[in-house]
Amino acid sequence: MTMLLYLIPVALALGGLGLAAFIWSLKSGQYDDLDGAAERILHEDDDL
Amino acid sequence: MDCCPTGAALDVAARDGAGAAVRAAAFEHAARDLRPGERLVQFVAPAMHCGGCVSTLERGLRRAPGVLSARANLTAKRLALTYDPARASAADLAAVVEGLGYAVHPADDAEAAEAAEAAETRDLLTRLAVAGFAAMNVMLLSVSVWSGAEAATRDLMHWISAAIVLPVVVYAGRPFFVSALAGLRAGRLNMDAPISLAVLLAAGLSLSETMRGGAEAFFDACAMLLFLLLVGRYLDRLMRARARSAAAGLMRLQPKGAMVIGEDGPAWAPLEDIAPGARVLVAAGERLAVDGVVERGASDLDVSHLTGESAPQAAGPGAAVHAGALNLSGPLTLRATAVGQASSLGEIAALMAEAESAKSRVARLADQAAAIYAPVVHLAALLTFLGWLWLGADAREAGFIAIAVLIITCPCALGLAAPMAQATAAGSLFRLGIMLKDGAALERLARVRHVVFDKTGTLTAGRPRLRAPQAAPQALEAAAALAGASRHPLSQALAAWARAAGVRAAAARDLAEHPGFGVEGVIGGRRARLGAAAWVGAADAGAAGDASAVWLRLGDDPPVAFLFDDAPRPGAAEAVAALQAAGLSVEALSGDRPGPVAALAARLGIDRWRAQASPQDKIARVSLLSAQGGALMVGDGVNDAPALAAATVSMAPASAADIGRAAADMVFMGDDLRAVAQAQALAVRTRAVIVQNFAIAAGYNCIAVPLAVTGHASPLVAAIAMSSSSIVVVANALRLRAAATTGGPARDGRPMTEAVA
Repeated sequence: MTMLLYLIPVALALGGLGLAAFIWSLKSGQYDDLDGAAERILHEDDDL
Repeated sequence: MDCCPTGAALDVAARDGAGAAVRAAAFEHAARDLRPGERLVQFVAPAMHCGGCVSTLERGLRRAPGVLSARANLTAKRLALTYDPARASAADLAAVVEGLGYAVHPADDAEAAEAAEAAETRDLLTRLAVAGFAAMNVMLLSVSVWSGAEAATRDLMHWISAAIVLPVVVYAGRPFFVSALAGLRAGRLNMDAPISLAVLLAAGLSLSETMRGGAEAFFDACAMLLFLLLVGRYLDRLMRARARSAAAGLMRLQPKGAMVIGEDGPAWAPLEDIAPGARVLVAAGERLAVDGVVERGASDLDVSHLTGESAPQAAGPGAAVHAGALNLSGPLTLRATAVGQASSLGEIAALMAEAESAKSRVARLADQAAAIYAPVVHLAALLTFLGWLWLGADAREAGFIAIAVLIITCPCALGLAAPMAQATAAGSLFRLGIMLKDGAALERLARVRHVVFDKTGTLTAGRPRLRAPQAAPQALEAAAALAGASRHPLSQALAAWARAAGVRAAAARDLAEHPGFGVEGVIGGRRARLGAAAWVGAADAGAAGDASAVWLRLGDDPPVAFLFDDAPRPGAAEAVAALQAAGLSVEALSGDRPGPVAALAARLGIDRWRAQASPQDKIARVSLLSAQGGALMVGDGVNDAPALAAATVSMAPASAADIGRAAADMVFMGDDLRAVAQAQALAVRTRAVIVQNFAIAAGYNCIAVPLAVTGHASPLVAAIAMSSSSIVVVANALRLRAAATTGGPARDGRPMTEAVA
């Protein structure tokens, strides 16, 4: 059972990483224009 | 309608002189300084539809001089631009956007409120994410407990779970606690009360069990409850925010000010600074901002939004004119008689506020369910506690079982039942081009028994169309030539007909438009006039009957009349038929004259109609029908706005006046009136799904509660029951996604979105 001592922290850290990434993407406005984001990938824009 | 404007510049003919100055001032008003040498302005470009539009706009703007950054938001149909004020002005940038073929308006003051709204949504999403994180990780730990972890290992799992869940309960549960407290303070027991109680008790009980090394802790149930309920709450919020931002994107430039002629020439002044008696200049193409009397100039006014009358009215010196009318053909100088609250627009707004407050708010289905559910659940828990005490259990054991009852009956599925169905339905409506402002509107729409349509601009397209003319080819060619030189809507309709029918315009010279009268020119050496009956010298104006008419006189020939009618919107007859087939009574209420209303009603199969209805008449009728089983009001005009506010539920086309769109619960984007019938059909289905969902949630409780009351609700049973009932409810709601594409009255097989785009 000693492996729990490092596996649990690893699992929590990975979950926490995901949460942090989500909160970062939210704060940086990546969910503000979902329709636009879906359309933008269809256009080649060198200057974007 | 094309999807994207093709880069052809907009017709900005009406934007010359004073009009341009007003617009420039309004755009400048919307801009603000970010830092020295950098200004930010937000525009609304309603025609932005797709990625092509986004890249056209962004590229075009980035190439424009002075632009520092350009970012288009397709969801909100907005453009955020930063620019160097030394090198460009907000109006220049607006001109660039128009040059790319997109109509543009400055973003209005509602922007600040909207930003706060967005921040709140973001906050809710963060709480949702945190709850989700906790639910997943605690579930991971709980699985090991369920699969047989014992003694120290189990205690370790419980302690880690507690360390994760307790802070999360405080953070993610806050919206529920706040709402439950607010409800209790107002003396109501809302759905958030049992939720809050269950979450807090579950956390407290689990903590105490953990401290004494007990086998059963409900930490996972706590986190999952919060997660699922926050999903419901977020969906509810997302739907409203989306609809609202889209509706705000439609808001057209309402006159917030006007050109006032002061001592040093005309200057733009905001509405609140204009006093009665001021002289106001109104360019052709502009809306009147104040009530007044015409001092100088002659023009035609489009008052269809104000009164419902389809024919433009001539206005000359001495004529009393009203705020909100659209000036069509020539510049006018007015002396303001009433401004703001006192103007006719202000009166309508006051009437609307009154209607709004008088309207009895129908309780939402979820609240009705909560009103029954919460006391029953709490009573059941209390009885369980007393029952186990009576049977000889000790207080701790009895308390544990009673709390398990509360946890297992926590209205998780109930919390998802309505928002999930409404969010799915709103998504389907959105794809059909219908914006829903509030989920509750959908519930109200499902129960209406009457539908009341306005005529001008709602049942009809609000654009005149030429009836097949009976005139010599020579007269037609002359009329086409003269009509092409005018901005009057009847002339433009005539010119459009001529283009479509392949009539070549005759060669004309010395064309001159006389605002309020018509167009004059010389064709084939003869003087030709196209315009009002009296002006061309047509004695028998009665020949036109109820239809709008322009008259042509070529030299000394007898005058020829061109008659127009207001064509019904596409799908109007089908919509009326579909609504009638659904068992609703349909009627038309119009401010227009009886002739056109009767003709249209007969054509569309509406047997009950009323003409020359004032806004008060409309309110009275709609309120009466609202009391008799509920009424859906569909209207577009300023004169409809109070009735829209008074109706059980209301819809307006996107072409409606701002005030009409603001008053309506739903706004449909396309020309096609079938949207009304589709929305109604979908609302009925949504209601059915919500009721089914409530039944599913109740059925699940019928199974789970006896288990809990008899003391068999282990944390594992709670977790399985909770997630499975939520999944069933969500899956049931998702059936509404398919409803929009297969159901509804669009019978020609053509998806509605095409007509909308």
